Amino acid sequence: MLRLTDIKLVKDGKQILHDLNLQVREAEIRSILGVNGTGKSTLAYVVMGLSGYEPTAGRILLQGEDITKLPISERAKRGITLAWQEPARFEGLTVAEYLEVGRRHSSHASLSPSECLEKVGLQPAKYLRRAVDGTLSGGERRRIELASVLAMSPRVAILDEPDSGIDALSIENIVDVIRTLSRNGTAVLLITHHEEVAEAADRASSLCGGTILKTGEPASIARFFRNHCQECPHVNEPLEQETNHG
Amino acid sequence: MADYSQEFAAIAKAYEASGGDPTSLFSDRFAGLVVSHNRILHQNSIPGVRIEGKETPTGAQARITVEPGTVVAFPVHLCFGVLPKEGLQEIISEFEIGEGAKVNFLAHCSFPNAVKVKHVMDAKIHVGRRAEMSYSETHYHGEEGGVEVLPVAKVVVEEGGIFKNQFKLIQGAAGDVRLDYEVDLKKNAVGELDARIYGKKQDKILVKESLFLNGERARGLAKSRIVASDHCTSEVVGEAVGNAPGARGHVDCVEIIKGKDARASAIPKLLVVDDRAKLTHEAAIGSVDKKQIETLMARGLTEDEAVDVVVKGMLR
Repeated sequence: MLRLTDIKLVKDGKQILHDLNLQVREAEIRSILGVNGTGKSTLAYVVMGLSGYEPTAGRILLQGEDITKLPISERAKRGITLAWQEPARFEGLTVAEYLEVGRRHSSHASLSPSECLEKVGLQPAKYLRRAVDGTLSGGERRRIELASVLAMSPRVAILDEPDSGIDALSIENIVDVIRTLSRNGTAVLLITHHEEVAEAADRASSLCGGTILKTGEPASIARFFRNHCQECPHVNEPLEQETNHG
Repeated sequence: MADYSQEFAAIAKAYEASGGDPTSLFSDRFAGLVVSHNRILHQNSIPGVRIEGKETPTGAQARITVEPGTVVAFPVHLCFGVLPKEGLQEIISEFEIGEGAKVNFLAHCSFPNAVKVKHVMDAKIHVGRRAEMSYSETHYHGEEGGVEVLPVAKVVVEEGGIFKNQFKLIQGAAGDVRLDYEVDLKKNAVGELDARIYGKKQDKILVKESLFLNGERARGLAKSRIVASDHCTSEVVGEAVGNAPGARGHVDCVEIIKGKDARASAIPKLLVVDDRAKLTHEAAIGSVDKKQIETLMARGLTEDEAVDVVVKGMLR
């Protein structure tokens, strides 16, 4: 479904990503584990095509089509979307309208805005008419971001730490949403440093110093991450010999 | 009496285009006043709300009184308009909101064909003790941009009273807008001023909102949301003066620039006279936030569509 080959990104003279190879299959949940500063969010922005994150080298393919040079909206029209870790706020735009934006531009959206909110654990009656603005807590806003991804029913969903700032009791709820996406055929690129969430994936990769270090079963990658990465001295200097292109 | 039925129908149509409901405009159940150019087409008082309008050579004078303790169930409808391409309309009004009364006003101003129209609104508003008044004014202009709009209001809010105002000009070309609202807030009074204007072509926008926090624990907000596109120029002056202990005032201005030839400026003027008062301000001027645009583009909107969604939301 989604394939990244030899992605390199140099930003402000600094190499952020390099030799990054990654493939996510249809309906697969692929988690990316990595400590802060290893390039996880950058990877998400590169796939979505955000301004300032055009790869210096390498290609991004969606179902065989090279989308490396396509603008964000064209990627979205082909079915890629992104849930930001710190989503934007919109004065005057209601939750219902925000969820409809994605639905309108998706050829196979099936869930209503109310159903999407229910899936992320928010009561539609309480939230649909609220504005997506600063009156929402960080956790509420992140759930709405996830609901908007559900509403779009995308081919590829990039979720940048959807569990950030969500209380432990609700993590299961977030995992359910991710599984719902997968059941509907969405390939999920799940960026997290929450091991419990990472283990919901079909495969996991650890990211170190801007490249994929290791790929495998989520439990083993989580163990590797716990034992090696959390105290890793190689944030910007990966152990090249262990690099395992995923 | 002259037959104004055609003008009646035309002003109702313009009223509807600006978002109003014409059935309520001329209903006897609602207090209201309809002025076309310098002719009063309709005025209606209801128990507790007295509307006294008088035609003048250039517009109308109106005195609106809400009796103390009256809670007005339905909004009072006001409609002002000039239908020809040219004309001057001066509305001189006085509002007296009695102690403990509660009332909402819905005002619509329509200038659909304006090429050279001047519309002056000069209001004196007195909100009594513990009274509540909200005034929502929506403008509907044509695309020519030939309107001079000069809304001026001097408002006094007595102890424990609440005054909320929203001025909205987002349909059609704004023209030359010089808004000047001033609120004198007594002890425990609350005042909110909110201006939302979409400037296009050669429009010139000047918004001045002033809060005088003269009573203990008076609270005020001066908020403005302006979009300046094409060759539009916009200037916002948000003023707050803290004259009493515990007074709190906030000036909140957002101006969005669309296009390289538009210009916007913001001038916050905060003066603390009593050292126990506190005033704050925030202003953001520039293009639409990149993250907002990219978020909407990641849902399939083009960049222009995304800007449109952000701007419409902000001006709503």
